Amino acid sequence: MKAPVAWLFIGAFLAVCATFLVAPTAMLAIQAVTGEDGFTLAYIETLGQYRYRVAFEHSLYLSLASATAGVVAGGLVAFAVLKPGAPAWLRSLVTSFSAVAANFAGVPLAFAFISTLGTLGLLTMLLKRIGLDLYDMGFSLFSITGLTLTYSYFQIPLMVIIITPAIAALRPSWREAAEILGATPGQYWRHVGLPVLAPSLIAAWILLFGNAFSAYATAYALTSGNIGLVTTEISAVLSGNVAADPQIGAALSVGMIVVMVTVLAISTAMTRRASRWTARS
Amino acid sequence: MATVEVNRVSKSFAGRQVLADLSLTMGEGELVCLLGPSGCGKTTLLRIIAGFIPPESGRVLVAGKDVTALSPSARRMGMVFQAYSLFPNMTALDNVRFGPRVAGRPKSEQIARAGQLLDLVGLSEHADKYPHQLSGGQQQRVALARALAVQPQVLLLDEPLSALDAKVRVQLREEIRRIQRETGVTTVLVTHDQEEALSISDRVAVMNEGRLLQVASPSTIYREPSCGFVARFIGSGAVLRGVAEGHSVRVANLALPASAAAAHVHGAAVEMFIRPENVRLQPMNGQLPPGAVGVEVRERTFLGSLTRIRLTLPGTDDQFSLWADLASEQAEAFIPGSRVVAQWDEAAPRVMPDADAGLRNG
Ligand SMILES: Nc1ncnc2c1ncn2[C@@H]1O[C@H](COP(=O)(O)OP(=O)(O)OP(=O)(O)O)[C@@H](O)[C@H]1O
Ligand SMILES: [Mg+2]
Repeated sequence: MKAPVAWLFIGAFLAVCATFLVAPTAMLAIQAVTGEDGFTLAYIETLGQYRYRVAFEHSLYLSLASATAGVVAGGLVAFAVLKPGAPAWLRSLVTSFSAVAANFAGVPLAFAFISTLGTLGLLTMLLKRIGLDLYDMGFSLFSITGLTLTYSYFQIPLMVIIITPAIAALRPSWREAAEILGATPGQYWRHVGLPVLAPSLIAAWILLFGNAFSAYATAYALTSGNIGLVTTEISAVLSGNVAADPQIGAALSVGMIVVMVTVLAISTAMTRRASRWTARS
Repeated sequence: MATVEVNRVSKSFAGRQVLADLSLTMGEGELVCLLGPSGCGKTTLLRIIAGFIPPESGRVLVAGKDVTALSPSARRMGMVFQAYSLFPNMTALDNVRFGPRVAGRPKSEQIARAGQLLDLVGLSEHADKYPHQLSGGQQQRVALARALAVQPQVLLLDEPLSALDAKVRVQLREEIRRIQRETGVTTVLVTHDQEEALSISDRVAVMNEGRLLQVASPSTIYREPSCGFVARFIGSGAVLRGVAEGHSVRVANLALPASAAAAHVHGAAVEMFIRPENVRLQPMNGQLPPGAVGVEVRERTFLGSLTRIRLTLPGTDDQFSLWADLASEQAEAFIPGSRVVAQWDEAAPRVMPDADAGLRNG
């Protein structure tokens, strides 16, 4: 592609970004600090209220936990499927299943989990019959743990999809070279496999974190807003379910953006450290 | 430093035999090249020696000890792969000290050893570079240093030069030879470049279809190929199928002088092999001198100081070619399409039994 043509596409992309991301963000930021009498920090301060603090804590916990679970479990699944000797059909099966499951969210997902792990769910009843009462043991699908479990259902396959190419790109000759130099499989992974994958793992974790942090429908359908998340609180403000000013919704959104930007900044720094050895740095 | 003995090794993949009852013994500090066409099983043999693939039957012995059941990490061998096998996340120095490091050697020792080896391969100045900052040739030098850092008993190289351009390839193969001599490590080098094999080996092992056809010094392989395949594969030359008749080989109704034919039963199917440097040409004027053959000039290939001329036997429909190497200024006289006289020393051609004759005749 000639340079001017390339710039046309990049320009269009930047224009779209500006229109739908930068401009609304700026408007939100302005809205969050504008009261009836002009500039005010009152709305930002409401974020310190118990209700909103808990919402942020829940959102952060849910995103951290489900992203970490997704990265670890999804990474292991992808690794197992790509192991030399694993049958080829298994790989295509897991990939197709992951593509579907990663997009399975919202009301249908909540329904599926309620009918399996709800108080009267299939699995719950089955386990009860063999003497394992989940709900007696403190589990509840409608708690933050239950939410984390439900989110993992789409986080793990999403991880499988995004990490598979990176794992497949690990050269067999690296492993063989390590092996003949006397390294154990553990040493190979510690010194070669994981460091080489690190940038991809960090990027995947961020994607999963953002995915969970901004999710709304699944949580709402499952808990009907009983467990406050930042997203469900914003929705409550906007739909007028609570007596609150729209500016609080703006302040909550700004809070979310700050969290995402912070997480991105940390991960960028980590990625830079982890990819010192690549051609880009 | 150790002897290596491959003892009656066989291997099949999916029912197809890739190595057939193959044996090879290597002396201490010897450099043997495995040479053969693509798919003949060279890599498979090397990987069986390394321990990445278990043989179906047969054993591998190093310094007299059976290592067939040992994992690659327990065999104390060094291996250099075709390309891109350096750990991309480590500098040259860290790559080289990887072996001592996973063996738990003290860090100062690791670094000292890696430093020495980088010095040996001439890359001390590039110790802190990452693989992507090194050229292909430099990467292979680092790979060689890394393999040597564990003080291997055996060094295995699988086409280590095939991804490099011609000039670097020649430089590096000489360097591999020098380093191999200095360290005295018993070495197997896989290649399908016969010039490479002839130039650096103590012995060349020519393989085809999972079998060793000949294992001998480069000069023996070149001068006395054991069969038509080796003759065709090594260097250049004509292999003509015919029938032994006293001191000549009859090829398409022409009696070609070859004293070695006398060693074969009269009428036996043989292959006659003659190298281009043994064939002399002169213009056709009148009578053919005794022992000479009238041939037709087909093509001339300019090779610098030499020109290689392809000749065909008359009345054979282009089926039988032989070649003559002439000084380039002499070759100008031999124009494609002309009839000329070819001659050679009766003792020059090699005559071998035609192994495939039975198959061809049904
Ligand atoms: N893992 C495998 N599974 C099935 N067949 C294999 C496997 N490895 C090798 N082969 C087959 O065995 C034969 C020998 O392969 P090998 O790699 O040893 O050849 P090679 O002499 O090294 O060839 P090249 O010069 O092309 O590298 C080939 O026909 C190849 O297709
Ligand atoms: Mg090979």
